[in-house]
Amino acid sequence: MRKFLTVVAFMVITVALFSGYSNYGIPQIEPAPPPVEEKLDLGSMTMDQFVALGGRLFEGKGTCTLCHNSLGRAPMLDQIGANAQERLDDPRYEGAAKDVEGYLIESLVEPSAFVVAGFGKAGSNDTESPMPSTSGGGIALSEPELAAVIAFLQDNGGLEITVEIPTDIGSETEEPDAAGSGEPRPAMTSFQELSDEFACEACHTIGEEAGDLGPNLSTIGASRDRDYIRRALLAPNADLAEGFDPDMMPADLGEQLYAGELELMVDYLSKLK
Amino acid sequence: MKSVSKFGLCGLFAILFLAMMLVLPGTDQFGSQVAAQEAASGDVAPAVTYEPAPKLTADDYPKVAGVNGRLAVWVCAQLHLWFAAFVLAVPIFVFIIEAIGIRTRDKRYDDMAYEFIKVSITAYSLTAILGGLLLFSLILFYPHVFTYLSTIFSGSMLYYALLFFAESAALYLYYYGWHWLQGGLRKWVHLTIGLMLNAIGTGLMLLANAWLTFMMSPAGVDPAGVFSGDEWAAIHNFLWNPINIHRFVANIAYGGSIVGAYAAFKFLTATSHQEKAHYDWMGYNANFIAICALLPLPFAGYYLAAEIYAYSQQMGITLMGGIFAWLFIIQAVLIGTLFLSANYYLWCGMGRSTGAKRYTGYMKYIAIVLVGAFLVWFTPHTLVLTNAELKALGGPHHSILGPLGIMPAKNTAVNVMIIFTFLSFLFYRRANKVATVSWEKTGNIIQVALFSAAIVNILFLGIYHGYYTNTVYKVAASIPQVLTTFFVIIISLILDSFIYRGSREIGPLRWGKIPERAQYALFLLAVSFTWLMGLMGYIRSGIRQHWHVVDIMRDASPDAFTPTLGYAANVVSVATIIFFVLVIFVFWIAQVSSSKTLPAGYWKE
Ligand code: HEC
Ligand code: HEC
Ligand code: HEM
Repeated sequence: MRKFLTVVAFMVITVALFSGYSNYGIPQIEPAPPPVEEKLDLGSMTMDQFVALGGRLFEGKGTCTLCHNSLGRAPMLDQIGANAQERLDDPRYEGAAKDVEGYLIESLVEPSAFVVAGFGKAGSNDTESPMPSTSGGGIALSEPELAAVIAFLQDNGGLEITVEIPTDIGSETEEPDAAGSGEPRPAMTSFQELSDEFACEACHTIGEEAGDLGPNLSTIGASRDRDYIRRALLAPNADLAEGFDPDMMPADLGEQLYAGELELMVDYLSKLK
Repeated sequence: MKSVSKFGLCGLFAILFLAMMLVLPGTDQFGSQVAAQEAASGDVAPAVTYEPAPKLTADDYPKVAGVNGRLAVWVCAQLHLWFAAFVLAVPIFVFIIEAIGIRTRDKRYDDMAYEFIKVSITAYSLTAILGGLLLFSLILFYPHVFTYLSTIFSGSMLYYALLFFAESAALYLYYYGWHWLQGGLRKWVHLTIGLMLNAIGTGLMLLANAWLTFMMSPAGVDPAGVFSGDEWAAIHNFLWNPINIHRFVANIAYGGSIVGAYAAFKFLTATSHQEKAHYDWMGYNANFIAICALLPLPFAGYYLAAEIYAYSQQMGITLMGGIFAWLFIIQAVLIGTLFLSANYYLWCGMGRSTGAKRYTGYMKYIAIVLVGAFLVWFTPHTLVLTNAELKALGGPHHSILGPLGIMPAKNTAVNVMIIFTFLSFLFYRRANKVATVSWEKTGNIIQVALFSAAIVNILFLGIYHGYYTNTVYKVAASIPQVLTTFFVIIISLILDSFIYRGSREIGPLRWGKIPERAQYALFLLAVSFTWLMGLMGYIRSGIRQHWHVVDIMRDASPDAFTPTLGYAANVVSVATIIFFVLVIFVFWIAQVSSSKTLPAGYWKE
């Protein structure tokens, strides 16, 4: 019996040592939780936020950093600005992309269309990419998410951001007003409608209507670009028009406006020259 | 009377099995013929259409009495796997030992084989009970997963059940028929039953492996999870064979280690010298089996890892470069423990022969090399999954020992470890012998040259490929290294058998003359093996991350997250302890069945 107990003790101690080592001998990393569907509120998103979303997707749901990191498993993407054009000019290139944005989309959706030399699957002689398609399978980025990742890649690679924040996103991602007072209202389709609803002309001069609490917007398109206008609508205090006070311009337009409406407004205003 | 009823049971199983075998494939064929005819005659063929994999929500996972479903399934599956590995492995080497007995006509082998199989027979019913428990908990906690898998694997699940009956029949026949089927033709019949038993057992394992590999590398389904109807495609998925091979070999090593622990315990509690000698011999053989299967395991393991990587780079990186990379550090500790304890046991065993003194001096060098190789293996390399984890770790590379962490260094270490373990074994073999051939000296010089050349070659390949070539060629070293190792082992064995042809024995091997602490090496072997298996089971499941079936069926349960390694290790530890409690029970039962109490004056005369 004593022998038996010694053996049992010996075994229990062994197990305890293994367990102890695994708990205290190595760093305890909390593995990243499974990706959650991020509720996209694209309507109220500035390009910066959109790029930031792309960055989050890049590290999180997209699992891009698993391979695209400094360990040489996949090409680094901070030089994609210079590289993408090179790929397009490569005689091996047989894909359908015409420009850098097209190349990026193709890289994400159909990685094997062009495989960067030296990175192909073993034995495939660079005809098959080890990168999974990020639009399907396990990663399954949605259209707007892909656009966000591309915006991030362009921004990160020192390129001009050419993608636009998608506006006609499917109903699954379009979320009714978060502060939701019951029924979502129907979307408005003209600038005039919106302007009436949100009383822009109470403060601004736009064409005939005259308000003087805010700057005259009749020729805003001549001096400001789309990004600026979008930012002015979503984060009015970000850059103030000269001679005006902060906190006058309503700050909750981002929550009130649907994405499409926002773009419509930006479009309209940027054409006022 | 007792044995008669048992035979009755066996017979029943056998008949049942035969009946099913005859009837079922028949109906199957018939069914498909009918379908073919209907299709041909242009009737509305009732083509089976399959649903895509369901998209689950947290509500699809029943909560039962506050029990954590994942934990329940995990522990049941692990316990079932341990017992299954054990009862599948034991007949493999029992068969071999029986065959050796037949060849050498040394009855000791036959007795030992019988004792091995006796140990596994009680474990067999526990395997079945735990399998039932696993099935039950799976259906209870993950009903949709089970439903989805069983629509795809309906055929193989049926065959699994049939094979299980067949396995029972063959096992009982093999065990209870042992003394009945002795001598001449009968012995051959018995051996044939043993062969069938193994074939059926392997078949069982292959089917179960198909289900779990399907979850890792699904095949035979489209991206939405709609089953094509081709079950063979689903079975023969990308990772099926790599897992089959690794498991088959690992199971044998595992079975050997558990039986070794049994022998060790019997040795410690033996009262007579004769008994001690017997169990020492049994322990030695069990350890021998474990080592033989241990040697090819690292290669099977790397092959498996390479195949995972080839299947999906993402999964491969999650396995070897993500948070699981730390798990491989633990794995290295365990494998180091395995190698060291197996070697230690061999060294202790040298005491059995008088001639061993000539070699004991070398042991400490072998020990040093083993520890060194082990430390290299143990050095982690890249450990990145997400940036958050990167920050938590402070960088992707181990700060000081980075270069030792890469694959070529590890391959080198493994090969060196294997060669030195083999060397231990070679010394052990030689310990009791004096060569009588005239060219002994030359032979030894050749041996030394062979080993030295091999080690230099392995080191050269490792260093050259590890440090002077770029990433793509880094793993290129592994194949010539492995070939070198195998080459040395084979050539040196052959050479040694020639050197010691007609050799003189120094004295009889004194079985039983081995220190008690050597037995603890056997316990260590068994515990480490069990724990290692549990850990690897976790990683195999873990690399699926938040998927039931990778990329096809998402795990939406609250438990879809990957637990920390510490937590996993604790679960494995608790499961290991439960396992050994059950094993002790099994051994105890095996002992009870052979002990008699004489109840004086109880029965009327
Ligand atoms: C399993 C590893 C892996 C993952 C995950 C992965 N990639 Fe890749 N990626 C590669 C490899 C390898 C290449 C180079 C081969 C090729 O051109 O397809 C590559 C190429 C690219 C390219 C083209 C690079 C060039 O220089 O031309 C882009 C762009 C890209 N990946 C973006 C992404 C993004 C964005 C994600 C995440 C949504 C991602 N990748 C996820 C492995 C991966
Ligand atoms: C309560 C008064 C008020 C209302 C209503 C209002 N704004 Fe403004 N707006 C301001 C003031 C004040 C500024 C200048 C301070 C600033 O930049 O935030 C401004 C700035 C702007 C600018 C930036 C001009 C520049 O050159 O920097 C734009 C574009 C703009 N508003 C558009 C709109 C639109 C479109 C609406 C209707 C949806 C609207 N505003 C409604 C008061 C208002
Ligand atoms: C001496 C070296 C090794 C030993 C002793 C060993 C042992 C084992 C054992 C006992 C199992 C459980 C088998 C079962 O469940 O039936 C296992 C599984 C596994 N091993 Fe190894 N292994 C070794 C090397 C490796 C290596 C080098 C790798 C990969 C880099 C690896 C990867 C795995 C994986 C992924 C599993 C899980 C597969 C499964 O569940 O069957 N092993 N190993």
